[in-house]
Amino acid sequence: MLKIEKLNKSYGANKALTDVDLNVSEGLVFGLLGPNGAGKTTLIRIINQIIDSDSGEVYIGGELLAPKHIELIGYLPEERGLYKKMKVWDQMLYFARLKGLSAQEAKIKIKYWLEKLEMDTWKDKKIEDLSKGMAQKVQFISTIIHNPPLLILDEPFSGFDPVNAEIIKNEILELKAKGTTVILSTHRMESVELLCDQVAMINRSKKILDGSIKRVKSIYRPEVYSVTLDHLTKELPTEWISKEDEGTYSFTLPLSGKAPNELLNELMQYGQVNRFQELIPSMEEIFIHQVKSTENG
Amino acid sequence: MDKIWLVIQREYVSRVKKKSFLLVTLLTPLIFPAIMGVFVWIALAEEDSQALRIIEVVDDNKLFFLESSEQYAFSFSDASPEEAKQLVQDGNRYGFLHIPKFDIKDPGGISFYGEENPSMSLISYLENNLRKKIEEQRLFESGIDPKIINDVRTKVAIKSITLDEEGTETVSDATVNYVIGFVAGILIYMFIFIYGNQIMQGVIEEKSSRIVEILVSSLKPFQLMLGKIIGIAGVGLTQLLIWILLIGTLTTIVTGFLGMQMPQQQAMELANPEMAQGLAQNTEMGDILQVISGINYVQIVFSFVFYFLGGYLLYGALFAAIGSAVDAPSDAQQFMLPVTIPLVVAYMGLFVFILNDPTSTTSFWLSILPLTSPIAMMGRVSYGVPFWELALSMGLLILGFLFTTWVAGKIYRIGILMHGTKPGYKTLWKWIKTNN
Repeated sequence: MLKIEKLNKSYGANKALTDVDLNVSEGLVFGLLGPNGAGKTTLIRIINQIIDSDSGEVYIGGELLAPKHIELIGYLPEERGLYKKMKVWDQMLYFARLKGLSAQEAKIKIKYWLEKLEMDTWKDKKIEDLSKGMAQKVQFISTIIHNPPLLILDEPFSGFDPVNAEIIKNEILELKAKGTTVILSTHRMESVELLCDQVAMINRSKKILDGSIKRVKSIYRPEVYSVTLDHLTKELPTEWISKEDEGTYSFTLPLSGKAPNELLNELMQYGQVNRFQELIPSMEEIFIHQVKSTENG
Repeated sequence: MDKIWLVIQREYVSRVKKKSFLLVTLLTPLIFPAIMGVFVWIALAEEDSQALRIIEVVDDNKLFFLESSEQYAFSFSDASPEEAKQLVQDGNRYGFLHIPKFDIKDPGGISFYGEENPSMSLISYLENNLRKKIEEQRLFESGIDPKIINDVRTKVAIKSITLDEEGTETVSDATVNYVIGFVAGILIYMFIFIYGNQIMQGVIEEKSSRIVEILVSSLKPFQLMLGKIIGIAGVGLTQLLIWILLIGTLTTIVTGFLGMQMPQQQAMELANPEMAQGLAQNTEMGDILQVISGINYVQIVFSFVFYFLGGYLLYGALFAAIGSAVDAPSDAQQFMLPVTIPLVVAYMGLFVFILNDPTSTTSFWLSILPLTSPIAMMGRVSYGVPFWELALSMGLLILGFLFTTWVAGKIYRIGILMHGTKPGYKTLWKWIKTNN
């Protein structure tokens, strides 16, 4: 769906993107991760043709990026904005028509979405009279109103209360099920694991890692196991710092070069093993580890 | 193109629908006839309600006579000034006019005492009558019959006629030309300022509320800028059109309604009967009508619309650029100066040079250079401008407009996405130079 090759962009002396390659397959939710200022927004703006790259190519559906592709993209910027004095209905109609829908099509779509998200009664309200969460919903609908095959969401959950965040999350998954490709840019790693099929990490203008969640997680495995034991038959070594709760001992152990089964065998000598599970690093930990390792090497 | 049209529509509709637009548009033209009407009404009411005012006149020369009117009665007496003053203080007299004995060649010391300040018209009525009597007296003493003077008095009016190459004669009048240039110039000046500011505010609103990021992901920044400028121009033209229609009908109604009573003329008669008579003869009015019918309206209207729009578009682009470069209206000040100066220069030039001497070198250049020509040329058009000058000025204005739009587009495109930085002129120059 989206392919990016050797993309470069700098603002004066500051590099915003350095030789970034990306490949986003159709129908996936793709997470674009990185701290603030890493270059995510620049990358997104280039895809949206808001700014031009210095060098490199962007392809959408195999074609070199061109003005006509604007209509294939739905874009929710990190900084939300609506006309405060405009009514919900007029606002949605304006955005929909700017994305190339005819007035008639737009009206049908707006009606559908207003009903779906139970916002029908607000349609004649001005944005300034809505709560922040309501305005965010209006913004979200405005983004997807033209059924774009590619959806780019920059920090989509910021500003939503948990209930509305859940609604939006479900809408994203529903759109994915219908074949929409979604690019999700965020610096909040925890939302990624739930939604994304693939991720790319960007730090200081460079892509430092990409692939499926499983692959990314396999790159950095600290090989640490979480263990709980009870019915102790033997005193535990003192270097295994454990927490005791009514005869149950919990602690973590690194493999230290052993195979998992060897470690399990060893543990069984100490008592009844109730839990033996590899600790999977969070995206956050992977990210921090990756940043450190790229900076050191 | 479709998208520019959508932007134009939004900008236009969202502004025209506002209550403030409706109020300003409908009330402004009402204000002038309303003020006029109130004044006329007050004057009429006062005249009706006023009791006759008696003025005590003590003339030590025994020379003057003042005719009483509906408002004022003059009572001549030999009372001493002290007695007369007492009459005023007691409220028995409205005022007391004291004409002490004086040398007819150097009259002085005439005083009016009253409990309140007398009106201008009363004082000028008194002054005129006394002056006339003194003049008559002096003529008489020099042995000239005052009647001869009245017979000799003549009025000279020069009819100014312009001749063109084909020998067509057009009656023109400097005053009418002046008024046309004056009104047209001021209208364009005001329009550029008011609506230029609206463009700037609109751009700042979109920028600071971050709508712009969504908008430019759907259309080119240049389309957005142009759509906004044109949309707001539509608002201005709508307002202007409504004003012209409203002012036209209202003044017709007001003057038609009050025309019969015309209290100004009465006041004038009281102050200066001769002037009123002169007006009554209506010969001047006839001349003015002839002049008005001789004006090349097609040219003036065409020029007005052209410079009105040209000037607005030229400056509108600059206002849009300023709006895009700043985060808040208060930051815009630093960039406003270079935009404001040429406008003010043109405005001052209109009064100082152009309307007084439309063909001077300064007037010529002011009306040719694109930054000042929209205001300056309108001051000249009614006086008649050679075709090549008009063509040059208009051509340069089009080029100027294309240039400022191009420059503004370059600044706009980068400026609208910049937040939190306060750019200086250096930064703006960098933006103009960068390609995307």
